[in-house]
Amino acid sequence: MAERDWKVPAKRLEAGFEDKKPAFDAGEALTEASRCLYCYDAPCIPACPTAIDIPTFIRKIGTDNLRGSARTILESNLLGRSCSQVCPVEVLCEGACVYTGWGRKPIEIGRLQRFAMESAQSPDLLPRQPATGHKIALVGAGPASLACAGTLVQMGHEAVVFERDALPGGLNMTGVAPYKFRAESTLAEVEFIRSLGVEIRTGVEIGRDFTAEQLLEDYDAVFLGVGLGSDSLRGIPAIEGTGVIGAVQWIRGMKLDPATSVDGVGHAIVVGGGNTALDVVQELATLGVPSVHMVYRRGLADMSGYAHEFKNARNVGVRAVEHATPAKLEWRDGRLVGVSLESTQSPASFESRDMPCDLLVVATGQGRLRDLVEQFPQVECDQSGRVVAEPESLVTGNPRVFTGGDCYNGGKEVVNAAAEGQRAARAIDELLRQG
Amino acid sequence: MPDLSIDFAGIRSPNPFWLASAPPTNSGDQIMRAFDAGWGGAVWKTLGTPIINVSSRLGSVDLGDRRMMGLNNIELITDRPLDVNLREIAEVKKKYPHHAVIVSLMFDTPEEWADILKRCEDTGCDGVELNFGCPHGMCERGMGSAVGQEPKVLTELVKWVMDSTTLPVIAKLTPNVSEIVDPALAAQAGGAHAVSLINTIKSVVGVDLDRLVPVPRVNDASSHGGYCGPAVKPIALRMVAELFRQPDFSLPISGIGGISSWRDAAEFIALGAGSVQVCTAVMHHGYRIVEDMIEGLDEYLVSKNMSSVQELVGAANAGFREWGELDLNYHVVAKIDEAKCIGCNLCHVACWDGAHQCIHMPGTAAIEGHVAPMAATAKKRAFEAASLIASGRTDVEPYRVPWVDETECVGCNLCWLVCPVSGCIEMVEQRRAPETDTWNDRVREGRDFVPGGLKDI
Ligand SMILES: Cc1cc2nc3c(=O)[nH]c(=O)nc-3n(C[C@H](O)[C@H](O)[C@H](O)COP(=O)(O)OP(=O)(O)OC[C@H]3O[C@@H](n4cnc5c(N)ncnc54)[C@H](O)[C@@H]3O)c2cc1C
Ligand SMILES: Cc1cc2nc3c(=O)[nH]c(=O)nc-3n(C[C@H](O)[C@H](O)[C@H](O)COP(=O)(O)O)c2cc1C
Ligand code: SF4
Ligand code: SF4
Ligand code: SF4
Repeated sequence: MAERDWKVPAKRLEAGFEDKKPAFDAGEALTEASRCLYCYDAPCIPACPTAIDIPTFIRKIGTDNLRGSARTILESNLLGRSCSQVCPVEVLCEGACVYTGWGRKPIEIGRLQRFAMESAQSPDLLPRQPATGHKIALVGAGPASLACAGTLVQMGHEAVVFERDALPGGLNMTGVAPYKFRAESTLAEVEFIRSLGVEIRTGVEIGRDFTAEQLLEDYDAVFLGVGLGSDSLRGIPAIEGTGVIGAVQWIRGMKLDPATSVDGVGHAIVVGGGNTALDVVQELATLGVPSVHMVYRRGLADMSGYAHEFKNARNVGVRAVEHATPAKLEWRDGRLVGVSLESTQSPASFESRDMPCDLLVVATGQGRLRDLVEQFPQVECDQSGRVVAEPESLVTGNPRVFTGGDCYNGGKEVVNAAAEGQRAARAIDELLRQG
Repeated sequence: MPDLSIDFAGIRSPNPFWLASAPPTNSGDQIMRAFDAGWGGAVWKTLGTPIINVSSRLGSVDLGDRRMMGLNNIELITDRPLDVNLREIAEVKKKYPHHAVIVSLMFDTPEEWADILKRCEDTGCDGVELNFGCPHGMCERGMGSAVGQEPKVLTELVKWVMDSTTLPVIAKLTPNVSEIVDPALAAQAGGAHAVSLINTIKSVVGVDLDRLVPVPRVNDASSHGGYCGPAVKPIALRMVAELFRQPDFSLPISGIGGISSWRDAAEFIALGAGSVQVCTAVMHHGYRIVEDMIEGLDEYLVSKNMSSVQELVGAANAGFREWGELDLNYHVVAKIDEAKCIGCNLCHVACWDGAHQCIHMPGTAAIEGHVAPMAATAKKRAFEAASLIASGRTDVEPYRVPWVDETECVGCNLCWLVCPVSGCIEMVEQRRAPETDTWNDRVREGRDFVPGGLKDI
């Protein structure tokens, strides 16, 4: 139950990546900020799930009011720092910028937000209401819980976050691509949330170290931000040796485990067509794996991953095989050496295709934590394993249990988790103040 | 949290940010929205005997991509009926008792002034501002800047006003004079409680070269107008500073001209303004800009350990002196940071053609006996890079960092101003001597001479 000794190992694959969108220096930030039109009723704002007042924070960079700029961001989004680097801005704020519609380069909102956050993020920017004496337990220290807890302490409540991992941060710590946001930055953001007054206990698993009943007894309300389960390896032929790994597990190793390496990997295949698959192929190619393929069971046009990320993957040399699935794995001395693909179409679009492969990463989705969630009385999951809650207040079937983030929305982005966590905090506040 | 509220010549306001008399203060509805956005006060669009405005009215100076660095207008005073304005003033004041509502006025005869002042008092407004500044349209009628440019007339007019009202009276001055002190002293002599400045600067903003008519065009012609916006800030700042340090002038000053951010406002206040007024920036971006102004000023005061705006008023005054009082032994030289330089050579051409020929291209040698620490390095690097390129290397860039001949650098700042990379050129202090020495000292002690002689040194 260590609280303080959060350290990320120094030697790990993640450390070798460069930022795809490097930090602005002050001069660059000013130049870019001056380009922003400071639109009225700006379309970039509603495109942000946390509705950050983008024109205002950018204008404040221009007037050299950096603390004010950071305040404007944090007032809407306590995780403004990680969001500035991990958000798919191409389909969110920057995609909606008036410049985009005009056929010009949009304002680099994400990088400006990063500049404001790295220059001026500080706990004294935000007001804190008088203590209420209410205590809330939050399960999981991912973006959803952190945003929720940070908002709750500002409202005067006590918030205690329980995380089963040794390190806090959820998928920001273990999952997001290292060329976007690295573990040290996640720790810095967690420290910021802690400096607001949130207590974070790592190495504590709810359901094992504490039961659902215990939490409900000791706390006035509970927030479930447990995210999704481990990689699903459904549909992958029998595994008889090393060389096959789930995508989330592989990324976690790359980000945090010094033992993870790509030495000797010549041919990697990633199964899946979502953003996790697109991240993994780019990571592998950037790490120097000579041949990286992604294999998708449907057509490229049906891929759920973002088109801009697919383009990025193409640019680093990734090749894609569509309408295909691994039908047979080939082993030698307990190691994977090849994969035989077969067509998913009928009639088959190609005869079976044998490909050399020494690393097969499976990115076909994550499981659900239904068992854990349903230990809380009256809390239910829907058919696809998502926690059922009222969309505005995020209250579950149990009036004292709230939720948000991947376990509720089925797996979206950090910014959605943050928005939902903050929304739940407001509903919890309302509930507790009614007493 | 610092106290942003002010008491300006008896006019109280929750913060020093006021809207200047102009289109943003045309109507009660606008001003109430402005107060909701955070503005502390508003000077109502000038009331006077009815006029008709032209169309079009505005022209601007754009700087590259950036619009409205300067704005020019040929609009006159309000064209809304007097009764409507007065009724709305009373309404606003009633709804916003703690905000400053000031009525701008421009009338002709003593009778007119007496009548309007009475009616203003009935609205409950906090004060009046006398528009002695409008440089177009109204001066031809013997009002506006026609008054502001004639100190005697100005004093006379202020006296009429003072005789007819107990309200705080601000005289708004025109910058279209050769000495701003004269009209300011004239306003003081008439008994005004405060002055505000600047009104707009007489100007022609441009010419439509296709039609060969100046802009803004009204049918087949234009007229000179009044210039304002970011471009006029330096002129306004100087005038505010000049008045603040004038020993025989003691009235509060409301600073106006080119203010768009908290920083602009803080500069005006530091040079002596007790309140600031804004027009163009609001015409460009709306009332919403005030949130950043309030927050930025607040953060700035905190960073300076100041507990109120009052502490900042005139704080930079001691640092604003006559040229003859400046330290001639202070000297700076330009230093280029090799690691930051992008090799655009703008500093070289600026210094070479526009200053003192002391920034040289790499590869050239320093003059024997001159101080130029980077010259040899630059020459060596330029040579090395050139030879590598000549030998076929494609991964090497030519070395393009210029170097400074410190012996020749007069420390004018030009290169530092043109350099596009922030922090790349630094002006490093290299005093000529430890003690200070001013031109005034030198003349006083007979070490320097004034051709023809100067009385007051
Ligand atoms: C590979 C990958 C890459 C991604 N890249 C991006 C990206 O670039 N940009 C983006 O915006 N989003 C990205 N996402 C999505 C984003 O990471 C998630 O939407 C977000 O992290 C969800 O936050 P959360 O708090 O709901 O869950 P999580 O981040 O999953 O956090 C849940 C936490 O709960 C803990 N937990 C679970 N059960 C228990 C228990 N019983 N007791 C205690 N603790 C428990 C877990 O250990 C975990 O730390 C990515 C996701 C993946 C998988
Ligand atoms: C369109 C326009 C109309 C104006 N009308 C008036 C007026 O009626 N009375 C007045 O005192 N000043 C008037 N002004 C001048 C402004 O109040 C202000 O003194 C000047 O614009 C400088 O401030 P700025 O640089 O913030 O715009 C006007 C300015 C503009 C642009
Ligand atoms: S839409 Fe683009 S230009 Fe307009 S305010 Fe937003 S970022 Fe700035
Ligand atoms: S700004 Fe408004 S009043 Fe002025 S010309 Fe445009 S539409 Fe007409
Ligand atoms: S202007 Fe600045 S960047 Fe350009 S050459 Fe000179 S020092 Fe280098």
